[in-house]
Amino acid sequence: MKPHPFRRTAAPVVASLSALALVACTGGSEDGSDSGNGGGETEAITAEQFEEAMSTPTELTFWSWVPDIQNQVDMFEEAYPEIDVDYVNVGQGAEHYQQMRTAIQAGSGAPDVAQVEYQHLASFRLGGDLLDLTPYLQEDLSAAYPDWVWSQVSADSGLWGIPQDTGPLGSLYRTDLFADAGIEVPTTWDEFAQAAADYREAMPDSYLTNMPGNDPGQFVGLLWQAGARPFAFDGAETVTIDLDSPEVLQVVEYWQGLIADDLVSVDPDFNDQWYQALANGKYASWQVAAWGPVFLQGTAGNTSGLWAASTLPQWEEGQNISGNWGGSTDAVLSSTDNPIAATELARWINVDEEPATAFAEEQFLFPPSLSILESEEFLAEESEFYGGQQVNATFAEISETVPTDDFGWLPFMDFAYSAYNETLGSAIADRGDLVAGLQAWEAELVEYAESQGFTVE
Amino acid sequence: MTSTAPPAPAQPRPQRTANTLSTLRRREARAGYLFVLPFMIVFVAMLIVPLGYSGYLSVFREQLIGGTSFVGLENYARALSDATFTGGVARMALFLVMQVPIMLGLALLFALVLDSGRLRLQKFVRLAIFIPYAVPGVISALMWGYLYGPDFGPFAQLGEATGLGSPDFLSADFMLFSIMNIVTWGFIGYNMIIMYSALRSIPTEIYEAARVDGAGEVRIATAIKIPALRPALVLTTIFSVIGTFQLFNEPNILRTIAPNVIGNGYTPNLYAYNLAFVGQEVNYAAAIAFLLGFVIMVVSYIFQLTTSRKEATR
Repeated sequence: MKPHPFRRTAAPVVASLSALALVACTGGSEDGSDSGNGGGETEAITAEQFEEAMSTPTELTFWSWVPDIQNQVDMFEEAYPEIDVDYVNVGQGAEHYQQMRTAIQAGSGAPDVAQVEYQHLASFRLGGDLLDLTPYLQEDLSAAYPDWVWSQVSADSGLWGIPQDTGPLGSLYRTDLFADAGIEVPTTWDEFAQAAADYREAMPDSYLTNMPGNDPGQFVGLLWQAGARPFAFDGAETVTIDLDSPEVLQVVEYWQGLIADDLVSVDPDFNDQWYQALANGKYASWQVAAWGPVFLQGTAGNTSGLWAASTLPQWEEGQNISGNWGGSTDAVLSSTDNPIAATELARWINVDEEPATAFAEEQFLFPPSLSILESEEFLAEESEFYGGQQVNATFAEISETVPTDDFGWLPFMDFAYSAYNETLGSAIADRGDLVAGLQAWEAELVEYAESQGFTVE
Repeated sequence: MTSTAPPAPAQPRPQRTANTLSTLRRREARAGYLFVLPFMIVFVAMLIVPLGYSGYLSVFREQLIGGTSFVGLENYARALSDATFTGGVARMALFLVMQVPIMLGLALLFALVLDSGRLRLQKFVRLAIFIPYAVPGVISALMWGYLYGPDFGPFAQLGEATGLGSPDFLSADFMLFSIMNIVTWGFIGYNMIIMYSALRSIPTEIYEAARVDGAGEVRIATAIKIPALRPALVLTTIFSVIGTFQLFNEPNILRTIAPNVIGNGYTPNLYAYNLAFVGQEVNYAAAIAFLLGFVIMVVSYIFQLTTSRKEATR
C-alpha cells in the first residue's frame, strides 16, 4: 500500500534523543545478525516441528499500518489459539521504518513480523535483519503469485517476505471531462501528449493529468513500464545505478516536453490541495496503481460515477505493458525467537483464504495471489463510482502485463526517494531541465552509495 | 544573564557561635543539595548524558558497508564545507535579522499600548494577542498552510475574485517570508506578555514624577519604560535567536504542500533530522547538531556582548 503522506510532529529534541537511542547498541549488534543472510544452509522444518511450534504458547509482535488488520490477526488467533499476537501500528511508511531501524539497532523491542514495502526489503536485508522464510514454509508458494510479484520477494535464493498487496499501474480518468473536451482515451503516450494539448485548449483551467515532483514511487513505476531497470543490489556490497539508459531518458524527455509546454500540472500530490484538485476536476486523469481506485473514491466522493479505469498509455502501439507502484509484504525479522510461528503468521494472514479474501474485499488491498485475482467473485464486482465498471477485472488484467523480468531496488530507497525530491522532482516542480535533474539525482545516489562503502556499477 | 542573577544570600545573624553555625550551615547545605537532587538527576540523565553521547558519536563514522570507524573531527570539517548546512545557517541568519526585529518591535508596541491603560477592552485585547501562542505550532503551521494554498486557499480565492491575483506564498521566493509570518503570528503574544509583565513592575511613582516634570506618554515610554525593559528585551531576543536557529516544525509541515521548495536542509535542524533518519548518517547528524549549538552560542554571546557594552558606555 502506498504510504500516505505522514506528518512528522516530533520535536527536534525528541528526534535527537531517539537518534541517540538508535545508535546505542550499534557496537554489539554486528555479530548478532548471523541468522539472516548467508543462512541458506538451514534445513527445512518438519511437520512435527511445525505442529509443536504452533501448539506451544507463544507471543508474537506484529507491526503494520494496514487499516483494520486486527481482523486478520483475530482470525489467526482463532486458528492458532496458542499463539498470542500483539498487533501495533507504529506509523505509516517512513515513520514505521524509522521505528523498525531504531528497534533493530537497539537490539530489543523489534517486532517478529513487520509490514515492509517491496522497495525496502533490500535495505533491511542489508543488515541481515530479515529472515529467509524458505526453510520455515511447508509448501512452495512461488506458483501462487504472478512471476513478477514472486521476483520482488525472492532474491539470492531466499524468500524475504510474503506478498500482501501490489500496485500494478493503470489510468483513472473522468469520462465527463474527456467528453466535454472532445478527446478519446489515449492508448499510446504519443496520443496522450496530443490529448494533453487538445484538452488544455478545450479546458484552459485544468489539465489532462498532474505530474508531481514529490512522488518518486509513481515515477519509478513509469520507468518500470518503459523497460528501464535503473537499480539493482547483489545482496552484498555492489549496487547498480543506471539512470542514463535510453529507457529512462525516453520517459524523462517525454515528460520534459509536456511540462515545459504547460500541458500537465506539476502540483505535489497527497496533500490537501491535491485532494481538492482531484475532487474539483483540475486533473482529468491519474496514472495510478491498483490501490488508486478505492483511494480516489474516498477522496473525490462527489464525482461518483464520472470515472473510469483503463490501462496505461503504451510506448508502442499494440503493446500492453505496465509497471508497479507500491504494495507491501509481511516480513519476518531475523531477531525473532519464534521463526516458525512468525513465518506462519506472515503466511497465514496473506495466503489463507478467509483473511486474504478479507484483505481484498473489506480492506481493498489489491490482491497479489492468483487465486483471488482469478476468482469470479472478485472480478465480477461492479463499482458504482466507476459507472458500474468491473474495476477489479481491469486491474487484474493489468497485473498480468507487468514485465516478469526482475525489477531491482537499492538497499537505501529512503535516501534515493528523498534525493529524487531534491533533484529530478525539483526540476519537475520548477518546470526546469528534467534531464539535468535526472543527472543530479544519479550523481547524488552514486556519491551516497560510495560514501557508504558500496561498490557502484 | 547577569540581570536575572538571584540576590546575594542574607548574612547570618551574628549571635550564633561559630561552631553551631558551621554545623547548621553544613546541614543547610546538605538539605539544599537534596532539594536540587531530583532536578540534577533528570538534568544529567536527559541533557548532559545525551549531549556527551552525541559528542562522542560525532567523532565516528558508520557506513552501511564497512561498519564504524573513528574519524576525529572529519564530520565537523565536512559540515563546514557542506553547502547545504552553511546555506541553512545563512537562511536562518537572514530569518533572524528580518523576523526578530519585526516580531519584537510589534510585541513592544503592543505591550506599551496595553500598559498605557488607555485602551478599552484591555483584557480582551491582551488575550486576543496572546491566543496564537496557545495554538500548538504544528496546528498553526497546518492552518497557515491551508491559508497559503495556491488554488483553494482564501488568499488565492480572494485574489482571483478581485482580479488582483495573489502572490504564490509557497514558491521558493516567498517561502521564507511565509514562515516568518507564521512564527511572528505565533510568538508576538508570548513576547508581549514578557514585556508587559516587566512594565507592570515599574513603580508608578516614577511615572508621576515624570508627569509632574511635564513628560507626555511618548516621552515616558522612551525615557523610562523602554530603558526599564532592557532585561526583558535581552531575554526575549536571546530566546528568539535560539528559536530561530532551531526552526523545525513550521518548515517540516509546510513540506507536505511544498515538498520541492523546502528541501532536506532548509533549516539546519531539519537537515540533522533528515540525515539521521533518511540517510542513516547518525554520526554526521550529531556533528551538525553540535555545530548548530555552537553557532547559537556564538550569536547569543555576541548579542549579549554588544548590549552590555552599550550599557557600559552610557
